[in-house]
Amino acid sequence: MSIVRQVLARFSLHLAIIGLCLLWLLPTVGLLVSSFRPKDAVFATGWWAVFQFPLDFSQFRLDNYIQVLTAQGLGRAFLNSLTIVIPSTVIPITIAAFAGYAFAWMNFPGRQVLFVIVVGLLVVPLQMTLIPLLRIYNQVGLSGTFLGIWLAHTGYGLPFAVYLLRNFFGSLPKDLFEAAYLDGASPLTAFTRLALPLSVPSLASLAIFQFIWVWNDLLVALIYLGGTEKVAPLTLRLSAMVQSLGQDWHLLTAAAFVSMAVPLLVFFALQRYFVRGILAGSVKG
Amino acid sequence: MSELVSQVLATLAAILLGVAGIAGLFLGLDFLVGLLPQRLQPRVRPWAYIGPALLILGFYLVYPTLQTLYLSFFDAKSEQFVGLQNYLWTLTSPEMRIAFRNNLLWIVLMTTFSVGLGLVIAVLVDRVRYEPLAKSVIFLPMAISFVGASVIWRFVYAYKPANVPQIGLLNAVIVALGERPMGWLVDTAVNNFALIAVGIWLQTGFCMVILSAALKAIPREILEAARVDGASEWRIFWQITVPMIGSTVAVVATTVIINALKAFDIVFVMTNGTRGTEVIANRMYKEMFSFLNFGRASAIAVILLLAIVPVMAANIRRFQAQEEIR
Repeated sequence: MSIVRQVLARFSLHLAIIGLCLLWLLPTVGLLVSSFRPKDAVFATGWWAVFQFPLDFSQFRLDNYIQVLTAQGLGRAFLNSLTIVIPSTVIPITIAAFAGYAFAWMNFPGRQVLFVIVVGLLVVPLQMTLIPLLRIYNQVGLSGTFLGIWLAHTGYGLPFAVYLLRNFFGSLPKDLFEAAYLDGASPLTAFTRLALPLSVPSLASLAIFQFIWVWNDLLVALIYLGGTEKVAPLTLRLSAMVQSLGQDWHLLTAAAFVSMAVPLLVFFALQRYFVRGILAGSVKG
Repeated sequence: MSELVSQVLATLAAILLGVAGIAGLFLGLDFLVGLLPQRLQPRVRPWAYIGPALLILGFYLVYPTLQTLYLSFFDAKSEQFVGLQNYLWTLTSPEMRIAFRNNLLWIVLMTTFSVGLGLVIAVLVDRVRYEPLAKSVIFLPMAISFVGASVIWRFVYAYKPANVPQIGLLNAVIVALGERPMGWLVDTAVNNFALIAVGIWLQTGFCMVILSAALKAIPREILEAARVDGASEWRIFWQITVPMIGSTVAVVATTVIINALKAFDIVFVMTNGTRGTEVIANRMYKEMFSFLNFGRASAIAVILLLAIVPVMAANIRRFQAQEEIR
């Protein structure tokens, strides 16, 4: 191949990659830029107009953020999201860790059959569970409560968490546990002091996956928290704002960015675990 | 201000309660098992460890699934047995026919483009030094919720009349090209494609990362040997790369198909199924909450489950095959 053709080929390769990356980034950049622009500017010109005077920082304001966090109630929704997401991550992973350990290293009748059922439950669509559960929730007063949604996310997250952790614990060497038992360790000690510390990377990936899944969830919150504003998470509040504000882009863009900030932070800070968690979680229904 | 402080405190208390409660439960259970005679402990302890998981799985997944199946044969209020009437409605009504057509569009287009683009990008970035950066950019939307993505794209699709400046990126581009601005989410000729594009934007990164890992697992020697033999890059791609990553493509495509089948958030937020954009999952939500028809809603859910059963069977078969190797 001649030098000219080779250079041309390299050039078009870079052009294609950079073009695709821009295509993927621009929608989010537009959102971010608009969220800092005053209302009038957002309505008068496209967000790309700011690049006419890239060094003029007076065209950016924090007003939109202040307004959505206070008047639009996103501050409260942010705290609600945190209240929902942390126990909804810790509870299923703790339960799944004990169950996964038992499935991997303890003998009991029905072990294989029960685990095959767990594998089957992986892909059951949430929609199959909503009506009966909502009825029970309404009867016992669990709908519109944090406890109710923690347990719901626990139920929906469990099959995948048990599946992943059982496979991980099962891949640890057998001698390790035999040695521990010979030294007189109890099963609980072997689990907490041996199995858990060795599986920190898996637990981290799983925790990030469940965290992002719960933080970004709309359907489960919509069903079990319904219209209760006191407990509504960001996704619920944001989707309600889309219905009520419609074209108020200066507010919607700021609100959307508030809802995205935490997952984006996790993505940039813990990218390796984030990617692993998402990939492992792809089997989930 | 005091309201904020009290809410922060309540948040912390709720988090502590949830986290401490679950730790206490297992320590307590293990302690109780320890009180049993030595001989019995190994027989009981496994049940203490898997008991909570089984109870929750039974209550939150197994029981409701069976109950929904049962309810799908009853009327709106779950009082009168109606046989297959709900299924008949699900499969024949005009509303559901639109939803089925749209889900088919979602499945075909989102799978083709997410997997196709994911593969193309994975192949391209494999040849440049800034690969990690480029991959991060494409993967980034995976961190964004469907609701957040819906706002981002509603803004991209924003419409203004032709005589004023466009503030939506897409209409600005087509006006600059000399066309008239379009109502992307309103115009029935394009609105479904506009929604599916959001799904593709979200899913491509996922496909790319998995396919990229599969590409890197192809032994370099095979590719080198082919190049030495004078095969073109095009031929190498179709005759070596594609066959060697075939099974990964199948797994990725299955995942995207399931996601397309269950598409809900994007449609719910962006159009709520108006103007011919209805999908199965959004219709189920409407039957459940707007029309309070639990019979029809259940039948729709069962149809979703039936569509996913083959994947469930394949998962179980693959798991059992793995176990035999172990």
